[in-house]
Amino acid sequence: MGFQGIGASVRRKEDVRFLSGKGNYTDDINRPGQLYAVIKRSDRPHAKINGIDIAAASAAPGVVRVFVGADLAAEEIGGLPCGWQIHSKDGSPMAEPPHPVLAVGKVRHVGDPVAVVIAETKQQAKNAAELIEIDYSDLPAVANLTDAVVPGAVEVHDGVPGNICYDWVIGDKAVVDGVFAGAAHVVKLDLVNNRLIPNAMEPRVAIGDFDTSSGDFTLYTTSQNPHVIRLLMGAFVLHIPENKLRVVAPDVGGGFGSKIYHYAEEAIVTWAAGKVRRPVKWTCERSESFMSDAHGRDHVSTAEMALDAEGHFLGLRITTLANMGAYLSTFAPAVPTYLYATLLAGVYKTPVIYVNVKAVFTNTVPVDAYRGAGRPEATFLLERLVDVIAHDTGFDKVDLRRKNFIPADAFPYQTPVALQYDSGDYQTTLRVALANADWEGFEARRAAAKGRGKLRGIGISTYLEACGIAPSAVVGSLGARAGLYEVAEIRVHPTGSVTVFTGTHSHGQGHETTLAQLVVSQLGVPFDQVEVVHGDTAKIPFGMGTYGSRSLAVGGSAMVKAMDKVIAKGKKIAAHLMEASVEDIEFADGKFTVAGTDKSKALAEISLAAYVPHNYPIEELEPGLDETAFYDPKNFTFPGGCHIAEVEIDPETGVVEMVNFTAVDDVGRVVNPMIVEGQVQGGVAQGIGQALMEACNYDPSGQLLSGSFMDYTMPRANDIPNMSVATENTMCTHNPLGSKGCGEVGAIGSPPAVINAVVDALKEYGVRHLDMPATGAKLWSIIQAARPLMAAE
Amino acid sequence: MYDFAYQKPGSLADAVKVLSGDMDAKALAGGQTFIPVLKQRLNKPSTVVDLAKLGLTGITVSGDKVTIGAMTTHAAIASSPEIKAKIPGLQHQASMIGDEAVRHRGTMGGSLANNDPAACYPSALLALGGTIKTDRRSIAADDFFQGMFTTALEQGEIIVSIELPIPEKSAYEKFRNPASRYAIVGVFVAKFASDVRLAITGASQGGVFRHTEMEKALSANFSPDAISGIVTPADGLNGDIHASAEYRAHLIGVVSKRAVAKAV
Repeated sequence: MGFQGIGASVRRKEDVRFLSGKGNYTDDINRPGQLYAVIKRSDRPHAKINGIDIAAASAAPGVVRVFVGADLAAEEIGGLPCGWQIHSKDGSPMAEPPHPVLAVGKVRHVGDPVAVVIAETKQQAKNAAELIEIDYSDLPAVANLTDAVVPGAVEVHDGVPGNICYDWVIGDKAVVDGVFAGAAHVVKLDLVNNRLIPNAMEPRVAIGDFDTSSGDFTLYTTSQNPHVIRLLMGAFVLHIPENKLRVVAPDVGGGFGSKIYHYAEEAIVTWAAGKVRRPVKWTCERSESFMSDAHGRDHVSTAEMALDAEGHFLGLRITTLANMGAYLSTFAPAVPTYLYATLLAGVYKTPVIYVNVKAVFTNTVPVDAYRGAGRPEATFLLERLVDVIAHDTGFDKVDLRRKNFIPADAFPYQTPVALQYDSGDYQTTLRVALANADWEGFEARRAAAKGRGKLRGIGISTYLEACGIAPSAVVGSLGARAGLYEVAEIRVHPTGSVTVFTGTHSHGQGHETTLAQLVVSQLGVPFDQVEVVHGDTAKIPFGMGTYGSRSLAVGGSAMVKAMDKVIAKGKKIAAHLMEASVEDIEFADGKFTVAGTDKSKALAEISLAAYVPHNYPIEELEPGLDETAFYDPKNFTFPGGCHIAEVEIDPETGVVEMVNFTAVDDVGRVVNPMIVEGQVQGGVAQGIGQALMEACNYDPSGQLLSGSFMDYTMPRANDIPNMSVATENTMCTHNPLGSKGCGEVGAIGSPPAVINAVVDALKEYGVRHLDMPATGAKLWSIIQAARPLMAAE
Repeated sequence: MYDFAYQKPGSLADAVKVLSGDMDAKALAGGQTFIPVLKQRLNKPSTVVDLAKLGLTGITVSGDKVTIGAMTTHAAIASSPEIKAKIPGLQHQASMIGDEAVRHRGTMGGSLANNDPAACYPSALLALGGTIKTDRRSIAADDFFQGMFTTALEQGEIIVSIELPIPEKSAYEKFRNPASRYAIVGVFVAKFASDVRLAITGASQGGVFRHTEMEKALSANFSPDAISGIVTPADGLNGDIHASAEYRAHLIGVVSKRAVAKAV
């Protein structure tokens, strides 16, 4: 075993069980006497429920109970709560229509849960669900964002006029308008950020369990944040006090945000388990997940930049419509506001920015955070806009970026949209990326491609994001109804091995490895003597879970603080044992040493003394070596960097091939370079998916057209090129690790790089902009439309 | 899936008997379409008759034809040196169906009997002018396909083998649906001593079809240039969220030229 601390590419210890089929996922859990729940969902986009006949279903073989919305309403079960409140520009709070666990009165999207059948077997539950007869009166529906805001549009909720959830602004419109009035150049771009379906490899699962002797409830669920689910479900939905409710999120097979939220099925199985006094299991089927997991993105925007004659950005003006779907998912309102509009300075020193965001209800699945959450939307808008500015004004697209970068000596840098960046060096990430991508050699590659009948293009994206969420007081002032600190408990066992209890949650990120490396470095404990425990509210302290690339920057920092406490206590014990003063004890490489002497005690000797306190300063010090720290970050972290994509298009078919991808990211301190590389690769793969393939399509009546993998194009391994992934890091200045986060950078930085490359490849066809995804069919149409124009020239 | 009875007969006669006697019985070949359909409760058979024990696998070459047992998997066809030597287009086609798992379960007979309008094999059978041998008769390829998901097979009739004449040259070119990887346009071209046959799958509302105008041009001059001026009308072609009828019409020209270029 070589070095396994911070900076080592240690192989992921969890992969042994994942790759050998020994993972313990929620669907692997079966409780004695377990029943099976099947949800009857709406097949209508929008309809009034006149009546639900459950008689035949209730009498079907094996059926234990059938519940409908009225049964929950009768017990005053609450609706699903929203965790973030936005205020409109007129000061009024956002519209927050009820989100019942099971539909009451109306259904508002295809997939809206209407009833649940609980039976001895899943098969019996499915058979019975087909016997439920729902008498609907169809209502007109609206699925498309722009259709939903036209006067006279169908209203998704009574009492929400015009389908507007909120009409929010940031920045001073009069000031920005003034800047535009005097600008040498104004460049305008209309663009769409396509709606995505997350499609984690593991579909959602929930098992409710009720202990008839203790009265305790347990929910096993595919969640990124079990304590958040316990709080939301216990306090707001089911009214179960925390001491009687345990939430377990065991191995989870991918989340990408879609498993942050509190979903109806979690409340249903927990509540139903109490009713039928037996465990109740629900396993989502893949086609069901397409219509019940929160979707991502779905913005329509207009962006305008004002520039001076030399190409300096003077002001940015943006209006955005953001689709919320039919109901507010847990953190949906925050995504197009504080995770989007506040990012619109990007890496540029644009002095004034005004953004207006209208969040809109439609008859579609709720939309919430998906890998990147708001920041991919902001980055796509900005980085497309910069390329369009270059196109329209003739400035070189690289020079334009360089000219407008926030310089490396300007940090801390206060943007005009609330955020204060702590560190970064955008010139360096750009310079290295240009070199790694052989930017200078591109025209030769373009010419060679032309000789093969291909259109080759290169695209660049210089991006920034804000993650490591988040300072609790700050997000509280912005509307969050939760704190966003993190917690860690470091339990040093009598013989010196360590268990870490973290409030973060690993669902593919490799925390069991990365977090263990922190212990190796700080406490000098061998890697294989460190265990990381997460995902069980009965074991871990109250933590906030994993999303927003926060686990290392926030959760890791909590570990550092807890280990500081372990060392401080250990020094007191060591001082006692070695008859020295505490001030003279030094700790390094797992040893407590009396300064200037050869007297030392290993951590294991100190921990043994702490748990067998025979010779111990018992008057001054409690036994044991087990410390907890809560860490509330002082600021967000600000990873950034430069992504460069290179594509070739077959002009006969329009099909795009990704031929090169270069990422140079600044993620702060890197603990495990191999895991960082993997995270960037995975994020870029998702970004390529959004840019070239993925599109959630509804028809105008609200039917989901891309409702399975037969019609929703996920990127496959052979769609993804070999990537050059590198880091050029500046340290985060406000957390003890210096880490910024790497989980989302790939998905944030890459889509505009890919589209910029596609537009570049099509430049001889006069293409200025195109929306994602750049499918072969779409590009072929663009090429066809341009051909007669070219022939005429 | 709904409950059903399951039988795995040991003889062709027994299988035919079960399937003929019960309109709601269904045959199971490789199951790569049928089992997902069952799981989605889109079909409710009384009995599933598994054809795995009928001994219908294997590839034989004799004289001017190749005979492939109906239950031969795509993987077996893709890895067969005989197929690669005699009908390279078919070997290539089989290697592009689904993924590894599908290719090791899915069968040629099952695919042909299903006649999915976006499946690959119907284009090979039609372009090669093959013959379907069933438990009771021989059906020429030109008579076998009768519109999407419809064939000349009678209730209870089981494909035993597929006979394919060996062409001088053959090639298959597929433009995939980006999501499902089925054919949006798949073109199989086969050149024989006397003529050229070219069949297109994935594109038409009526399922696989022969492009007679291209066949005529290619019979006179077997080169991509021979068909470069041929425009296929969009009427009657499929249009969906992945490809309009116009795009498919255009792709028929592009993909056909590429198939011919590969075969030449």
